[in-house]
Amino acid sequence: MIITLPWLKEHLKTKANQNEIIDKLTNIGLEVEGAKESSGELSVFKIAKILKTEKHPNADKLKVCDVSVGGRETFKVVCGAPNARDGLITIYAPPGAIIPKTKFKLKIAKIRGVESRGMLCSENELNLSNESDGIIELKNKESEIGKSYFKKKSEQVIDISITPNRADCLGIRGIARDLSSSGVGKLIPLKKKKFKQSSEHLIKTSITKDPHQGCLSFGSCYIKDISNKQSPDWLKNKILALGLKPISAVVDITNYVMFDLNRPLHAYDADKIDEEIIVRDSKEGEEFEALDSKKYKLKKGMCVIADKSSILGLGGIIGGTKTSTEFETKNILLESAYFLPSSIRKTARDLTIDTDAKYRFERGIDPNSIIEGLEIATELILNICGGKASKFIISGKSFQKNKIIKFEISKFENLIGIPISINESQKILSSLGFKCKQGKKELKVEIPSWRPDINLDVDLIEELIRIKGFKNIKLIEPERKREHETLNFKQKLFHLSQRSFASKGYLETVTWSFTDSKIDKQFSKGEKEIQILNPISSDLDVLRRSIFSNLSIHLKKNQDRGYEDLSLFEIGPTFYGKNPGEQQIVVGAVKSGKIARKSWIEKERNIDVFDIKSDVIKTLIELGISEHNLIVSDNTKQCYHPGRSGSINLKSEKGPLLAYFGEIHPAIIKRLDFKEPNVYGLEIFIKNIPEPNKKIRQTKKSFQASDFQKSERDFAFVIDKVYKIGSLEKIIREIDNSLIQDVTTFDVYEGEKIPKDKKSVAISVTLQSKDKTLSEKDLDQISKKIIDVVKDKTGATIRS
Amino acid sequence: MDELKKIQSNFEEKFQNVKSKDDLQNIKTEFFGKNGQITLQFKTLGSLQPEKRKEFASNLNKIKGDLNDKIELKNSEIENIEINKKLKNENIDVTLPIRPYHQGKIHPVSQVIDEISSIFSEIGFSVAEGPDVESEYNNFTALNTPEDHPARDMHDTFYLEKNKKLLLRTHTSPVQIRSMINGKPPFKIIVPGRTYRCDSDQTHAPMFHQLEGLHIDKNITMGHLKGCLDYFIKEFFEVKNVKMRFRPSHFPFTEPSAEVDIGYKIENEKIIIGEGNKWLEILGCGMVHPNVLKNVKVDPRKYQGFAFGMGIDRLAMLKYGINDLRAFFETDYRWLNHFGFDPLDVPTNYRGLSK
Repeated sequence: MIITLPWLKEHLKTKANQNEIIDKLTNIGLEVEGAKESSGELSVFKIAKILKTEKHPNADKLKVCDVSVGGRETFKVVCGAPNARDGLITIYAPPGAIIPKTKFKLKIAKIRGVESRGMLCSENELNLSNESDGIIELKNKESEIGKSYFKKKSEQVIDISITPNRADCLGIRGIARDLSSSGVGKLIPLKKKKFKQSSEHLIKTSITKDPHQGCLSFGSCYIKDISNKQSPDWLKNKILALGLKPISAVVDITNYVMFDLNRPLHAYDADKIDEEIIVRDSKEGEEFEALDSKKYKLKKGMCVIADKSSILGLGGIIGGTKTSTEFETKNILLESAYFLPSSIRKTARDLTIDTDAKYRFERGIDPNSIIEGLEIATELILNICGGKASKFIISGKSFQKNKIIKFEISKFENLIGIPISINESQKILSSLGFKCKQGKKELKVEIPSWRPDINLDVDLIEELIRIKGFKNIKLIEPERKREHETLNFKQKLFHLSQRSFASKGYLETVTWSFTDSKIDKQFSKGEKEIQILNPISSDLDVLRRSIFSNLSIHLKKNQDRGYEDLSLFEIGPTFYGKNPGEQQIVVGAVKSGKIARKSWIEKERNIDVFDIKSDVIKTLIELGISEHNLIVSDNTKQCYHPGRSGSINLKSEKGPLLAYFGEIHPAIIKRLDFKEPNVYGLEIFIKNIPEPNKKIRQTKKSFQASDFQKSERDFAFVIDKVYKIGSLEKIIREIDNSLIQDVTTFDVYEGEKIPKDKKSVAISVTLQSKDKTLSEKDLDQISKKIIDVVKDKTGATIRS
Repeated sequence: MDELKKIQSNFEEKFQNVKSKDDLQNIKTEFFGKNGQITLQFKTLGSLQPEKRKEFASNLNKIKGDLNDKIELKNSEIENIEINKKLKNENIDVTLPIRPYHQGKIHPVSQVIDEISSIFSEIGFSVAEGPDVESEYNNFTALNTPEDHPARDMHDTFYLEKNKKLLLRTHTSPVQIRSMINGKPPFKIIVPGRTYRCDSDQTHAPMFHQLEGLHIDKNITMGHLKGCLDYFIKEFFEVKNVKMRFRPSHFPFTEPSAEVDIGYKIENEKIIIGEGNKWLEILGCGMVHPNVLKNVKVDPRKYQGFAFGMGIDRLAMLKYGINDLRAFFETDYRWLNHFGFDPLDVPTNYRGLSK
């Protein structure tokens, strides 16, 4: 909402200066976004004379003009206007000027190869009229060459951001009322009307009882024999200050009243109305051409203003071209109506129209301001355009009763924390236009019709504290007391996995929850795609089903920047359905490139599956799962290399799935065109990590260390090539839990001396007893048992 | 006795020429070996008369001790010389680089969420969460923003369904609804999380992070709200005093509603929070609207309280001098490295919020 100080002062008697007013506005909830000149610096537009015109060397329709603004210097300006000619006096805009119509800032530019310093303006470009056929022709201004065309300095405007609840402050008078309540000046009463209403109202108006009827009241005045014209300067300047274009006195007056009183109006050329006005629901498919020169096809049930034969306008939103007023218009019908906010909103949304009237009606216009609006506008029209006015006729409800709220004063202190007296409450509310009846401990408050936002006693409390000032609320120090844990188990895991991966050299990233469906498809097969209906761009069109979608996009971008050896991770949601909650938190990490690239000391090598496996296992252990409960298998999913990836389940291969890890499928790498194709990834599914029902201190066994010597025995088994070494280790480990302390594979060999379908696996077993030093005999016994059991369960033989 | 003196001087004479471990071994054998001079003297002990034997034995033992000590001393001297000689050839240029490693980092948003959680943990708030996809009801209607409310225009919403019933939450406030409908008062939660608006330019990202706060109990007033936010802002920006102003505003789900500005100034192109004559809007808040409480079956005649919401990314930008919001989500290796945090810098109240 834009206001100017002089305009404000038409409603508010005050001595406060602009800064005081701006501060006050902000303090009472009318946030000032900025104070600036209305439409750029208008004083730079100078009256100028074209000394000479020449044809543009490269364009038939352009001319190169030598322009003088009085001094010795002349400016070369390229101009396309047909009326540009030697000796013409017109208006010149220098480089740097902002053209009011387009808000475009002029620069020195070459037009078809000829430099143009500035521009000669049409009336349209200066928002003076719609005339755009040629540049302005000024007569008898020879003596004023070099002077600013706009006499008055442009006005300072204040831009206020009005919250959606404060419809009443979409008019300058509403803002003045709020300011007066806060102690900045006094609200000036509106003048009484002084015109006669003797002529006849010649247009019948009616509101149908259609099912969606969005119009409650339709008030109008018939004004005959006017002579419409350009608005007088005072009015033109106001319209310009608002950033609007002056059109004609009649239209400017309706706009003026809308911004002045928050009372939208509409003027019809009465001679173009077919017999009568009918406010009704639209029929499916009806069409009409609006004043924005667009044709709209309507849906059923929109509120339209129609005559006998066609639609004249969308009530409260926009008028139509059929009955629009012109300079030639003689007789007008002036409308002041009330439309339901919900109806306005629905129609405007369905047709995607936004107008100043729609903006106001959907927030709630004062339903009892119909007469006031008609009076003020009619008086202005009669004064400027002449004519005779009829009596006002209101179809539908002519008056709405005001709401009454019973307000217990103590509720203020209960909610705000500081007391207020009944007298102070009454004083504030009265100054805002509320009528109060005082009880002992309560006020009976009548809500003015322009405040549709006030419905409950808390709304009154807000009014009171808003005017009294938030700064008066006493601060209560918070108690340092904690009754519940801050984080739950899953939240702790989230937090811990972040720190865990970052401490393993990964950079944490946060990417968008949506992604490119083309990429997402690569990583997620099976789950249904979740489309966003209105994505910001076509490559962010779905919710991600895989944590890899965005990670791979960004990994590639970094590779393209020249960073090939990278470790990235993100912890965030992936989605498996479009319903709320069909999502899970996934820890995703990718790692690409080489270890020790160009190192003087370490051997350079590609990252391999055991790098990523190591990170996932260590993290799961850090998240609280014992290593022996992590069951690794080669069950994998399609986005990984089928032979270089695996999964980790809890306690058994069929237990809850904790993680996947491995090389990203080479086909995907190729399709995504990675510069460094060696890419590994892992996913950890936080939701599958069970919360232990006991704390570590409750489950930790007492400390027992064996003082007896430990021994190591190495075995070399020849076993089927496809046999999983993880299973082999597990078999050995389970042979004797009390004696076998550790089992570890230290060599795997395939090739010479070993059958083609076999491999040799060297395993070291650590043995230790709690009760005694193991004798050779004991060791031989257990060794034999190991060999026998392994042979029995796997068919492996000992390598001789 | 003379015999012993002779042995001793004999030893001294030879000992002077000891240069190496081998020399030392030889001298050891000569005097203490099986037929060594000292060993032989011990063998004579038996043939001595008892009164002489005692004295001789004592002298002999003393000499044995002395000579042994000398040998030991010499031994370590020689060892030292030998080690030093060896070390002379063991020079390595320690200014060479260490084995390659990668320094991991925590994203500023995560770090700031941890800081915030730590601060609110001190005054008894717990962290709550909710889904990113929300029903239109939880995101708007239950928050006192019915379908035809103009406030809905201020949220550029991503929709998942044509009938607009499913959407990406535009704020973290629907978690208020979820938490209250599933629990019993009092409620004291903060909700950090991802939020979405289809708006994208230099200062807006289509996804950003919000922090919601909710405290509902009997007798919670706007004074508590002020105290809570004053505490939070001081702790978060790690300053003793903060100029703060509450400005009336409007949110459909709070009444009264306010926006909070904090004072700041720019010094040497750096923003200084808490002092100065400029105001910076940093959050929105208010007393929870009775309609919201009714919608979650909490009796507004018995319970009341406050809610607030703020942009986490923005807080991170202010505190750590980050200019560009969009860079948060672009995963530029260089940016992550520059603004990321060491994983060991876990914000805690006893060790401090930040380095």
